[in-house]
Amino acid sequence: MTTVVFIIVLVIFAASLHDAGATTMDPCLESTKTASLPDLPYAYDALEPVISEEIMRLHHQKHHQTYVTQYNKALNSLRSAMADGDHSSVVKLQSLIKFNGGGHVNHAIFWKNLAPVHEGGGKPPHDPLSSAIDAHFGSFEGLIQKMNAEGAAVQGSGWVWLGLDRELKRLVVETTANQDPLVTKGTHLVPLIGIDVWEHAYYPQYKNARAEYLKNIWSVINWKYAADVFEKHSRDLDTN
Amino acid sequence: MMTVAVTAISSSSLSYSPLLLHSQGPNRRLLQCERNEKRRLATKVAGSGVITAGFELKPPPYPLDALEPHMSRETLDYHWGKHHRTYVENLNKQIVGTDLDTLSLEEVVLLSYNRGNMLPAFNNAAQAWNHEFFWESIQPGGGGKPTGELLRLIERDFGSFEEFLERFKSAAASNFGSGWTWLAYKANRLEVANAVNPLPTEEDKKLVIVKTPNAVNPLVWDYSPLLTIDTWEHAYYLDFENRRAEYINTFMEKLVSWETVNTRLEAAMVRATQREQEGTDTEEEANPDDEEPEVYLDSDIDVSEVD
Repeated sequence: MTTVVFIIVLVIFAASLHDAGATTMDPCLESTKTASLPDLPYAYDALEPVISEEIMRLHHQKHHQTYVTQYNKALNSLRSAMADGDHSSVVKLQSLIKFNGGGHVNHAIFWKNLAPVHEGGGKPPHDPLSSAIDAHFGSFEGLIQKMNAEGAAVQGSGWVWLGLDRELKRLVVETTANQDPLVTKGTHLVPLIGIDVWEHAYYPQYKNARAEYLKNIWSVINWKYAADVFEKHSRDLDTN
Repeated sequence: MMTVAVTAISSSSLSYSPLLLHSQGPNRRLLQCERNEKRRLATKVAGSGVITAGFELKPPPYPLDALEPHMSRETLDYHWGKHHRTYVENLNKQIVGTDLDTLSLEEVVLLSYNRGNMLPAFNNAAQAWNHEFFWESIQPGGGGKPTGELLRLIERDFGSFEEFLERFKSAAASNFGSGWTWLAYKANRLEVANAVNPLPTEEDKKLVIVKTPNAVNPLVWDYSPLLTIDTWEHAYYLDFENRRAEYINTFMEKLVSWETVNTRLEAAMVRATQREQEGTDTEEEANPDDEEPEVYLDSDIDVSEVD
């Protein structure tokens, strides 16, 4: 009998420990996952000589890691602010979340947009993406020229994107400033390829020659990923 | 080929309505720009006989390796020798044959800002201006503390020098993306853009810390910039990689030229006093057609004035 009571007490104690950190929090928020730095799908030197190992290490281990860390920190603060009903702070945190969360989202896509040459990096896509590119940009070269021009013209920091507009059912080239994800240019936009044109993406190797970085990066662009995403969303569009 | 290019630019040359020069706010500065402020002209005669004139790339007031080890020679070679140079060269190409071609750099910046709806020349013009201002804001053996009137105003407006330092560094560290952080002298302005204070006092003239994105600088809000730190990644990446905070510390401890800041403050205060004296005259001139003054809507620029 005392064993049963003891076990019941233990269970109650364990349950109370579980709730110890919570205030009047919505259980939904409690189980929110934090972001974590994804592994690179290849070695740090695998994109040489197009993108140096030095850049890949800094870019992944410092820049992306910092976005992840700061994003989680901001999310934590957001949870507290929401729990406290501190609406002023909730609003104030939005720019930190947008910047760091955007940084995380964008870079997570970016690593998948790149691949070593021996794993298909630089190999142009097959259909249906290939036909879609010809239809919207005239040719594969036409698309690259457009993206390079737009990427070079971004003032300050930002990204250049090849996206799929799910609503208009067409491919688009867009740029975003700072760490704004592609969806900030249109909620129906799905990123297929994003190229980071922040200076940290190329500076140690290319210095101020952004145009050269853009010209070279195409030989390590992972069109397989873009084609997969494109096909998936095209399928969804067809079945709607 | 040069002739064709010039013709093409001329035919689409931007002409600026004289009203721009008469409206209130930042453009008052244009009226008062010293017309005899010498603009350094480099006159070249191109092969076809067309004369091109343009802004010069002014070297920093010290040798390129003089800021070692705090800012490397390599950084100066690229930052001044490539980035700054490119802004100047591209600006010259952009404005040759247009109305902007006859103006001082500051005038080009103010006009091309166009109340936030920037004209194509703004980016190059403002970056050319910003970088020249930046090189002059630092010196070998810089750092330390300000003195005199500058220190008095810093203490008045920020509480203490340490408090100012913390806020300035924090602003520079939190300026997302590319941009600049400034200490500026804000004279005779109310908190509402383009409104003029009818009863100015000394207390209305404040030192402020301002963060700006990309090429924007506080000239466009009619502030007098006193000090700037470039937080574009190219300014620190070769020496500090992603460690912007370390760069900012080094900048404040080893590079900043308080002497220059002080000189700029003195000039700004003189300008402010001059304006007050001329104040009423300009006001009467300002609205020749009884035009509704325009409000400058900068809402699409995230400028935080750190208080």
